[in-house]
Amino acid sequence: MTSAIAALATGAAVPKARFDWKPIALLVGIAALGLPLIGSPSTWITLTVAGLAMGMIVFIIASGLTLVFGLMDVLNFGHGVFIALGAFIATSVMGGMSAWAGDSGAANLVAVFTAMLVAMAVAGAVGWAFERVIVRPVYGLHLKQILITMGGMIVGEEIIKVIWGPLQIPLPLPDVLRGAYLLGDAAVEKYRVLAMLIGALVFAALAFTLNRTKIGLLIRAGVQDREMVESLGYRIRQLFVGVFVAGSALAGLGGVLWGLYQQTVVPQIGGQVTVLLFIVIIIGGLGSTLGCFVGALLVGLMANYTGFLAPKVALFSNIGLMVAVLLWRPQGLYPVTNR
Amino acid sequence: MTGNLLELKGVHTHIGAYHILHGVNLQVPEGRVTMLLGRNGAGKTTTLRTIMGLWPASQGELRFRGESLRGRATPDVASLGIAYVPESMGIFTDLTVQENMVLAARGARHAGELDAQRLEWIFGLFPALKKFWLFPAGKLSGGQKQMLAVARAIVEPRALLLVDEPSKGLAPSIINNLITAFNELKRQKTTILLVEQNFNMARALGDTVAVMDNGAVVHAGAMRELADDQALQQRLLGLSLGTHQ
Repeated sequence: MTSAIAALATGAAVPKARFDWKPIALLVGIAALGLPLIGSPSTWITLTVAGLAMGMIVFIIASGLTLVFGLMDVLNFGHGVFIALGAFIATSVMGGMSAWAGDSGAANLVAVFTAMLVAMAVAGAVGWAFERVIVRPVYGLHLKQILITMGGMIVGEEIIKVIWGPLQIPLPLPDVLRGAYLLGDAAVEKYRVLAMLIGALVFAALAFTLNRTKIGLLIRAGVQDREMVESLGYRIRQLFVGVFVAGSALAGLGGVLWGLYQQTVVPQIGGQVTVLLFIVIIIGGLGSTLGCFVGALLVGLMANYTGFLAPKVALFSNIGLMVAVLLWRPQGLYPVTNR
Repeated sequence: MTGNLLELKGVHTHIGAYHILHGVNLQVPEGRVTMLLGRNGAGKTTTLRTIMGLWPASQGELRFRGESLRGRATPDVASLGIAYVPESMGIFTDLTVQENMVLAARGARHAGELDAQRLEWIFGLFPALKKFWLFPAGKLSGGQKQMLAVARAIVEPRALLLVDEPSKGLAPSIINNLITAFNELKRQKTTILLVEQNFNMARALGDTVAVMDNGAVVHAGAMRELADDQALQQRLLGLSLGTHQ
């Protein structure tokens, strides 16, 4: 680094922006509020871990969706098909490797991670075709985007039925991921810990890419002003295809995690979470990855706490959360300024 | 005498159903500052956007160093060495000043790869950018944002700068700062096509001038001629220097 720039980077007189901690504080506040309401600390720990694991999986799935919307203003209601694809590929890969894996814990873990990699590769490839055939003709046309991407999801689900059949397929957790770690009286399921770790890894990778690389800089700039990025000499269309493929691959990974979380897979598995995904990206601020992360964790915690405290209102709890957040911050927790 | 770096011949532009440019003829001589003047709605911004390929020309010729720009995508136009500062400034407000500059420098992957000597020169022109280097650009004042917009355009050497109304809404002291910066660029023989409503700024900077009305260039010549001819100013721009000094 040159001395001039190094001096700038470390100069004491340089004002820096303050990070907005309030949405994080809201997350911590909701978790803290849950403790007295639930009463039992061990139940609270179990529910909190379950909520965070669910939130991490939802974040993995939704992160691609929020970037695609932010970067190219594309409302992709067909995102769910990549989730379903990922989940069904997991059934095939893990089923196909079950005889090889046998009772070995390590081999079963290899099968799970292989399923994740294959699901990401296939979902990414299908995402590339989906963008070319379905999304590209309707850039800038929101109503058509909604209709054609929903249509794309229906067609995708039917193709899944043709390949894997219309019935639900079990996707059992391998023994190595069954059971729980005991923290005092609290039981923390092993699989949820794995889901949290993978979610944290994806968030760290995305945060690094977006904040520390030129590609990330271009994505963040493109979310704000596509035209200006092109005026600087960059081909945003190629960038968009890359983001769409990466987002589809992440949805495929999320599909594997979600399928293992549910332990059964149906062709409609993607459609079932689509509403949740849109709640998350709206809460977070359209186009914001950090907002998507915090929003997904909020949704996960809220779903688990209300599911325990008041099961009848659990279905509506996330809608209520979205209304409350939008009343506080109409553009979401971390709004993208130029949108 | 210098040749023309950019030349437009009979350029028409349609935006949807609207016919905005009606056969624009414009020459931008190399190493000079050309002012593009005209009333609101005359077609100045559309001309710049058509050059950049942001709105495609429906008819006519656009030539940069003799090469046609027709049909080229915006990134291709920019890659020829044409920098564009839009009227909205196009600042990435969620990015820091540093990140905005790194993005504009196509050859740099991170701040460490920015040309330090050129950066010092830019800081000399716009000291506020040094002070707010790690600050989100959205938090800058209007004048500082305009400085950043211009700085971004010159972070690497460019053959041609297209600048759309840089003085719009700025305080006189900031406008003077911009005039100083553009004069510095002018001394370095940078070719600039500058859209401006502020006639004093145009007079201070321009070597040549083109005046637009109703989507066509209705007058072209030396800036000095227009500056010295109040009747011509009155006829073309509806202003007299007496009230604008």
